[in-house]
Amino acid sequence: MISLTINGTARRFDDPLTVAELLERLDLSGKRIALERNGEIVPRGSFREQRLADGDKLEVVVAVGGG
Amino acid sequence: MDQLIIAGKSYSSRLLVGTGKYKDFEQTRTAVEASGAQIVTVAIRRTNIGQNPNEPSLLDALPPSRYTILPNTAGCYTAQDAVRTLRLARELLDGHALVKLEVLGDPRTLYPNVVETLSAAETLVKEGFQVMVYTSDDPIIAKRLEEIGCVAVMPLASLIGSGMGILNPYNLQIIIENAKLPVLVDAGVGTASDAAIAMELGCDGVLMNTAIAAAKDPVRMASAMRKAVEAGREAYLAGRMPKKLYSASPSSPTSGAIAPIQNKVA
Repeated sequence: MISLTINGTARRFDDPLTVAELLERLDLSGKRIALERNGEIVPRGSFREQRLADGDKLEVVVAVGGG
Repeated sequence: MDQLIIAGKSYSSRLLVGTGKYKDFEQTRTAVEASGAQIVTVAIRRTNIGQNPNEPSLLDALPPSRYTILPNTAGCYTAQDAVRTLRLARELLDGHALVKLEVLGDPRTLYPNVVETLSAAETLVKEGFQVMVYTSDDPIIAKRLEEIGCVAVMPLASLIGSGMGILNPYNLQIIIENAKLPVLVDAGVGTASDAAIAMELGCDGVLMNTAIAAAKDPVRMASAMRKAVEAGREAYLAGRMPKKLYSASPSSPTSGAIAPIQNKVA
């Protein structure tokens, strides 16, 4: 059981999943996003390898309208 | 042809536009199109988790294949957050290095914090970003940002979203005189004449968002702004006539006028 904070919200998952698996669970697989894990960028290329750990803080961002 | 050159890339449009404050993506798209802008800014924000995955996104309406997408650091109050945001943006946009740096000091006035801005600029330039930097109209700070290695300097003309126009033409003039980089007015433009004035001062470009999005007819204002930036630039290149309090220099010939009739006194 691991606890992750994603965009400020705590969520629990049964097993230590990879970033790619997490994005699938969150319905974000097809979306253009960028992800920061504990303050560091996770490159898109390593989403399938990086396994998340208990206590990880994630920021998942997209481009929105702005000046 | 007179091109805007930023970080070695040429653009025919000197009008850059933001994508915020529009009614919806369709209005954003048509306004941006009417403006003729090639460079558009976007903000970087948390995605809504659990939202409809088929929800359209901004970059569907403004594809990176057609536009130069310029991610900004709006909402950042520290150098660290601005740097983190742009690292995320670069990853989001497939390694695209051209970015807009803005570090604000006060949520009410949205005035830039130039101390944090200088610090963020140094870090970002070292990491290989091409930094277009929003700043105050302080000519010393503008020069320092150039020395750090930014690719464009973008002083405000008045406060973000205020529409107050070009309140600081003399500071802008000094910044332009001292700059080897392109200087773009970013913040404060409210209507077409403001954009023309900025270009007549010698600015290389103008960046605006609220002036278009908050107009009663944004698409029409976008079109007006396009013309204003072009007209102002052309007037600048044409070299205006000098201003004098009076010139005793009429445009019509002074000789050959018919003789005035003297009125007979009764």
